[in-house]
Amino acid sequence: MTSLPLVIELTILVLAAFLGFEVISKVPAMLHTPLMSGANFIHGIVIVGAIIVLGGADDTFTKIVGFIAMVLATANVVGGWFVTDRMLGMFKRRPEPKKDERS
Amino acid sequence: MISDPDVVGLLYLVTIACFVIALKFLSSPKHARKGNWIGGAGMLVAIGTTLLLEGIGNWALIAVGGLIGGVVGLVGARNVRMTAMPQMVAIFNGVGGGAAALVALAEWHNEAGPTWDSTTSIVLSALIGSISFAGSIIAFAKLQELLSGRPIVFPGQNVVNILVLLAAAGLGIAAIAGAHEQWVLWALVALALLFGVMFVLPIGGADMPVVISLLNAFTGIAASATGFVLDSTVLIVSGMLVGAAGTLLTLLMAKAMNRSIANVLFGAFGQVQTGVGTARTDDGRTVRATTAEDVAVQLSFARKVIVVPGYGMAVAQAQHDVRQLADILEGRGVDVRYAIHPVAGRMPGHMNVLLAEANVPYTQLSEMDEINPEFAQTDVALVIGANDVTNPAARSDPGSPIYGMPILDVDKAASIIVLKRSMNPGFAGIDNELYLDPKTTMLFGDAKESILKLISAVKST
Repeated sequence: MTSLPLVIELTILVLAAFLGFEVISKVPAMLHTPLMSGANFIHGIVIVGAIIVLGGADDTFTKIVGFIAMVLATANVVGGWFVTDRMLGMFKRRPEPKKDERS
Repeated sequence: MISDPDVVGLLYLVTIACFVIALKFLSSPKHARKGNWIGGAGMLVAIGTTLLLEGIGNWALIAVGGLIGGVVGLVGARNVRMTAMPQMVAIFNGVGGGAAALVALAEWHNEAGPTWDSTTSIVLSALIGSISFAGSIIAFAKLQELLSGRPIVFPGQNVVNILVLLAAAGLGIAAIAGAHEQWVLWALVALALLFGVMFVLPIGGADMPVVISLLNAFTGIAASATGFVLDSTVLIVSGMLVGAAGTLLTLLMAKAMNRSIANVLFGAFGQVQTGVGTARTDDGRTVRATTAEDVAVQLSFARKVIVVPGYGMAVAQAQHDVRQLADILEGRGVDVRYAIHPVAGRMPGHMNVLLAEANVPYTQLSEMDEINPEFAQTDVALVIGANDVTNPAARSDPGSPIYGMPILDVDKAASIIVLKRSMNPGFAGIDNELYLDPKTTMLFGDAKESILKLISAVKST
């Protein structure tokens, strides 16, 4: 992977923070739980780090650490996405016909 | 195999754009689900790109690890009950933070002569990731009631916590200054784990919305630090987006409880202040109990009813029955709305999800600022398992521990009916003046049973 100068990376970081505040302050309180689980899903992006570590591992130690990271990160990605989808599917304008009600 | 770094960078940029769009679409429940799919597509692009990077091997390990994690995540996400969503989010915060810390440990192990800036990233990633991991596990245990939800405190706790954190920070500085021995980072991780445990232990159940939001921010920032370790912009940006989301929610939750974040983290609420407000209530006023039949008559002949749900309703699993009651009332021309306090439930927005699950249309759910002016034109406010968020003492009594906390102006309604199990005080451990208001009547009993009685009483009215 290309190595960027630290200053550029910090610039990106700060701009991302402002962008995040801007976008997220528009999310209504009603959707704060899906927002949080959606954010959960997004920080599952550490899976990229897990793949790089595990994919490039030569010794047993790195393989073990990378493997555990891989398991954790994948659980994070998959679980975060599905639970968000499930929740957002529940928000409806009008009540559904009662037949598919889950209790 | 993708060898051109520009192509890699562009593909990761697609991921970043997808994530931002996903968050953007969350501004309305109409598009939110579509947004999540776009975010999912972005994640697949990032995973695919990373797998095709040059020098990636160990395919079997990647596949098996991915399979195990995927199955665990899928089964968890499919089966979790909506009341248990805070635990679920806590555990995902934990695994994300744990993964970030592990990546840092591996990089520490493999980097021959790390520079000060890559060491700084490794230290931050390991430190914040470990705190987030351990803290989230404790938060999970508390929410799942494996541990007591009450604050667990001992004398000198804050001092010990600060010393542990300082020791971890000291090791981090030593590492950055050039102490490149393996044990330095391991010791740092151990101390950070200890700190994570110790800083969540004294925090009570009612403060969990703040803690979960904060841990969410931590995990995001840990992922971002991992991005600096690996020189990966997609990690830096995505992690920071989550960091911003978590920070914003932490501030919102603290504001909704009128507490500073420092007070939540170091105050061990409910320990010192119990009994402060009790003297004021003993002035001859008493609570009035009522019957389901009386309430049914009031509800049936009301023009406008506002339901104020609290966590007590969710504990009793009464949300489906509440919805049914509301449907019957609406069928008779009553205008029914739901007033949702920002900290109703155990995490931000929790109550909305619980009601959405019970098929309450989101158009009926109103946020505090939006609905407060409407209480004055409301015939009946039906308070179900909510307590502190309706306590007028927050407005009027400077001596009350919750003074200044924004509340739902339930006491402005023409009449108030409170469904409550008993006269036990709420989480904050203080009495609610609302119950002594002459306009208030109390319907005692389990929320679910009371609602079921109300449904049959309304049907026969």
